[in-house]
Amino acid sequence: MAEEVLLFSTWFSIYGRRVEMALKLKGIEYKFIEEDLTNKSPSLLKYNPVHKKVPVLVHNGKPVAESLVILEYIDETWKNHPILPKHPYERANTRFWAKFIDEKCWPAILQACWGKDQKEREKAAEELSKLLQFLENELKGKRFFGGETIGLLDIAGNTIGYWLGVFEEAAGVSELLTREKFPKLFNWVNEWLSVSAIKENLPPRDKHVAFMRLNGQGFWDDYNASK
Amino acid sequence: MAGKVVLLDFWPSLFGMRVRIALAEKGIKYESKEEDLSNKSPLLLEMNPIIKQIPVLIHNGKPVCESLIIVQYIDEVWNDKPPLLPSDPYQRAQARFWADFVDKKVYVASRKIWRPKGKEQEAGKKEFLETLKTMEGELGDKPYFGGETFGYVDLSLIPFYSWFYAYKVLDNINIEAECPKIIAWAKRCMQKEAVAKTFHDPKKVLEFVAQTRKKYVSRNH
Repeated sequence: MAEEVLLFSTWFSIYGRRVEMALKLKGIEYKFIEEDLTNKSPSLLKYNPVHKKVPVLVHNGKPVAESLVILEYIDETWKNHPILPKHPYERANTRFWAKFIDEKCWPAILQACWGKDQKEREKAAEELSKLLQFLENELKGKRFFGGETIGLLDIAGNTIGYWLGVFEEAAGVSELLTREKFPKLFNWVNEWLSVSAIKENLPPRDKHVAFMRLNGQGFWDDYNASK
Repeated sequence: MAGKVVLLDFWPSLFGMRVRIALAEKGIKYESKEEDLSNKSPLLLEMNPIIKQIPVLIHNGKPVCESLIIVQYIDEVWNDKPPLLPSDPYQRAQARFWADFVDKKVYVASRKIWRPKGKEQEAGKKEFLETLKTMEGELGDKPYFGGETFGYVDLSLIPFYSWFYAYKVLDNINIEAECPKIIAWAKRCMQKEAVAKTFHDPKKVLEFVAQTRKKYVSRNH
């Protein structure tokens, strides 16, 4: 059967890049469709009528939305290079930390960068430090969250591995993830960046920083409006 | 799949109810420990040090946290019992998507009902009803979100039904008029023993919701 895989996303989408990392890791061929989020295509609206967001994976005409849902779908459909552990307890643990990154770390990063005043940003940075410490402890001396090779949590960890640094630079706030404060996480970032499925699927940094300088505040405002 | 199962819960919790329904569906015996969320037990803080919330499932001494993650864990471990999630990867993805929608949209909107009375609350009520209408659209003509049988999405949404009476009395939200299919679906779910036995006396829930929203409103507005 001819396989058709489409990915609707943008060059700067943190969630879309996760999907690309998983597809590349598993060697899945796909067609990338760049969306203009200010002028969403009829296809995107057809494939994700509920949220009208990217990324959307369309596999043989059938759409899947929400990055963590897409990652699990990819893992269940293409069984090479598994990204979830086999044991149910380890799987639950992976899912917990992926949710932690999205629901706790992400808003803290946005607020630390684009909170309304310095006091709010500093408070968020303090909170973010605590969250990073939890992740530091979770690494437990492993090379990757997934063990010897990258897994779903390493992919979802793109928030920490790359987006955090870009946002800090764009917002002009100080770097939190230093070797001194978080030696294991710092090491993980270096290992992570050396994986080709990761490093070949990051936005071009300068372009990304410039883009976030203009749009970062909007990201934080949008997040708040959704709560 | 033996082994000791303990559930840390708080009786009105919508999220705890999801886990109870899953445990009941699978016929799993467990010990229930009621938490006082204003005075969290050392056990809860030890088992869920990151989020410090219920529900927590403790299986052979090892904690699993976050209701939907717990339900998936239960489904994967007790896989000799009828599954809660579909077996086809695409159907599973749809089930996960819709349960996520319940968390990200239905639940978040339901909190907006707890705004002080006025334009903001009206907007919150409207948003909440819209999320239920979206769920109605997804349900279509199926008896359950899972199709012919009760499943993961049904389980993720049905606990909200336990708060509908409170929304009607306290906030004048007539869900039956606005989303009749949801009510019909909910009543169908309530015919299942696994669901019905997790529900409490609606008046007791009403009292709890009334008290909690007072605290919530005064803290946040």
